[in-house]
Amino acid sequence: MCNQTVCLVAAELERQGISTVVIQLLRNVAEKVHPPRALFVPFKHGYPLDAPGDPARQAAVIEAALKMLEDPALTAPALRDYLAK
Amino acid sequence: MGDTSEFSLTVRLFLKGYSWRKIDPVPWTPLKKPLSQCRLALVSSAGFVVPGQQPFDESFKGGDPSFREIPANCQTKTLLETHRSESFDHTGMQQDPNLAFPIDRICELATAGRIGSVNHRHLSCMGSITAPGRLIVNTAPPAAKLLVEDGVDVALLVPV
Repeated sequence: MCNQTVCLVAAELERQGISTVVIQLLRNVAEKVHPPRALFVPFKHGYPLDAPGDPARQAAVIEAALKMLEDPALTAPALRDYLAK
Repeated sequence: MGDTSEFSLTVRLFLKGYSWRKIDPVPWTPLKKPLSQCRLALVSSAGFVVPGQQPFDESFKGGDPSFREIPANCQTKTLLETHRSESFDHTGMQQDPNLAFPIDRICELATAGRIGSVNHRHLSCMGSITAPGRLIVNTAPPAAKLLVEDGVDVALLVPV
């Protein structure tokens, strides 16, 4: 349910003029709920930014999410897969 | 891999029959300026609270739709995780809250100049909400307004 909850909050933020990107752990939820920008990550639940105690791997996921905010070619709803290095 | 096979049969059956809330129309706010000039806020649905804050209400039917403000200068390791779901492994984010509330990571981004600044407060909610009507109508709009009033440009939202 967490995946849907952040999507719904993101939608409200966008309505009020804040650009958003959500991490998603279930691709099919993003496909059904349609958050404005979503980065699907291939990690298990509880581990949305990959690994505890590993700043580099966490930062890599965040950077991929930020790149979605910067991509002028994206249109709503935008869903991208994170390719873990 | 995050898929429903991690969950119990009961949870999988619930999810199979669940009516997901489709966002329609999909709102879209394009980035108005370079990220290096943007103020960023986090929204985490991991149920984090700072010591002294009221925990999320596990007994709330349909899921507690309230928000907590997490100050940017919080001590990361003191954050208390109060997510009610027993369907996933909590140990990672208990060991390192940055896994689901990456406050240290975004402070590093601001120091590096990748983003303009880190907002002075962030939002925490309980992701385990099966009946999101109150969230959509009553609690998300004023929570979002707080960030608008802060001059936040972009938000990163992290579920668990």
